[in-house]
Amino acid sequence: MVLAQQKTVKSGFDVDSVRRDFPALRLEPYGKPLVYLDSAASAQKPEVMIKAEARCYRESYANVHRGVHYLSAKATVAYEEARRKVAGFLGAADPNEIVFVRGTTEAINLVASSYGRRHVGEGDEVLVTTMEHHSNIVPWQLLCEEKGAKLKVAPIDDRGDVILEEMEALLSERTKLVATVHVSNALGTVNPVERIVELAHARGIPVLLDGAQAAPHMPLAVAALGCDFYTMSGHKAFGPSGIGALYGRKELLDAMPPYQGGGEMIRTVTFEKSEFAPSPAKFEAGTPNIVGAIALGATVDYLEALGMHRVEAYERELLAYGTEALESVSGLRLIGTARHKASVLSFVLDGVHPHDIGTILDREGVAIRTGHHCAQPVMDRYGVPATARASLALYNTRSDIDRLVEALGKVREVFG
Amino acid sequence: MSELQDLYQEVILDHNKKPRNFGRLEGNGPREGGRVLHADGHNPLCGDRLTLYVDTDGETIRDIRFEGSGCAISKASASLMTEAVKGKPLAESEKLYRGFHELLTGDPSVRGKAGAELGKLAVFEGVREFPVRVKCATLAWHTLQAALAGGEEPATTE
Repeated sequence: MVLAQQKTVKSGFDVDSVRRDFPALRLEPYGKPLVYLDSAASAQKPEVMIKAEARCYRESYANVHRGVHYLSAKATVAYEEARRKVAGFLGAADPNEIVFVRGTTEAINLVASSYGRRHVGEGDEVLVTTMEHHSNIVPWQLLCEEKGAKLKVAPIDDRGDVILEEMEALLSERTKLVATVHVSNALGTVNPVERIVELAHARGIPVLLDGAQAAPHMPLAVAALGCDFYTMSGHKAFGPSGIGALYGRKELLDAMPPYQGGGEMIRTVTFEKSEFAPSPAKFEAGTPNIVGAIALGATVDYLEALGMHRVEAYERELLAYGTEALESVSGLRLIGTARHKASVLSFVLDGVHPHDIGTILDREGVAIRTGHHCAQPVMDRYGVPATARASLALYNTRSDIDRLVEALGKVREVFG
Repeated sequence: MSELQDLYQEVILDHNKKPRNFGRLEGNGPREGGRVLHADGHNPLCGDRLTLYVDTDGETIRDIRFEGSGCAISKASASLMTEAVKGKPLAESEKLYRGFHELLTGDPSVRGKAGAELGKLAVFEGVREFPVRVKCATLAWHTLQAALAGGEEPATTE
């Protein structure tokens, strides 16, 4: 009896129950049950998050950190509680190391603009990899252009793994920051971030990790990992859109200049000079996305209750099933076959453009993403203009994969 | 499946597989009294790219070819467009452009006879039901406008 119970707890991931938590999964586009395989673009939302948002507006909404009244105090407590929850979710030691931002894009722009402008100068270098999302390329290009610095790119191999020896060889005394993705949105590659941090830190170079595609799929421990900055987007982790988090090591955040100026981020203001509030307030000018942060806190509670270790184990098995299923489709080539992957099945089909695949799958109720996935350098690396991408999340099932494969059969019917 | 069948009609699938007038227009060069114009078209949403070459004497499209990569709709549209405008006076190609646009985006109740005058191009009517694909079908036409206008900027659907 005890043993049996332990077994359930150990394997214990009840996907049917999880699916009931996500109202959108009951939709039937074109009269067919929705198969949602586009979570890497944005994830669907659990009822608890939707309710938390509504409850906040109904019962505890006012501006934060400003009022002396009941509702403002209540909202402030909830907002700061959300910061504590997100810190716990990312594995940060101190909630004050969490800055609320719009998402990963803003988080990276914040670091480029504040940390980057101060530390990157003429002739310096910022190192990224070939598999970055545009949001981890363009902010650095803008910075490098402004400062006369250089953006260096660590190459990837045919499977989609970063070539560590070449990455290491690109690290020099000119390198002021390594900025790389934790999990690639276009290839699914899980980068060996421990090793990357180790290599960079051995030379005293700080590391920013773009965790937009990692946060929804695996447990995170940024403090233990030792990275200097980590970013996440709420909307990809089943939370609201328009909210995300930047983790920054306290010493770094404290020493960084403000990102935007305005209310909330100051201590005193005179026309001669302003003194800034300590971080994280220093980086949160203006009224923040209060309700978004609180609802993200509720989402994080939901994920912690499911257990990210269990989510990771469940998805690993599902991804293996999906990989095998797609490999059996004739004329299909997977783009991205790294040794360690999460969530993403990017592919091309002989003789059929990804955009046409997407349209036909859509009419079968199967939602995937087609295009360059905001990672054009990856497309160039593989010599394809675009790919079709099915991305898995904790609410997907083997039956979703079967429906995908079936729908790919329809693509063949149309295109012969 | 019926809307899909309307979208991916036989003619479209055929032109996707075997695009007509595909390739560069060079070597033999423009014939006397004319010049070869060209323009690039780009649909950033899906990465479709095409280059259009137009040999014109300022009155007639004497020859036209295209190359590039894209989805079935954009490739077939470019192929059928080259067939439709080749040898036609510029004014007539302009009329086809407007009729084609009307077919895809206009109000069907006031569209009038546009469909009837478009000939083979009317096979793209099914694209109406797929609003995100309208840009795929119109890319070649926008690129033709750009080539004839002689602009330096590539045509884009955005």
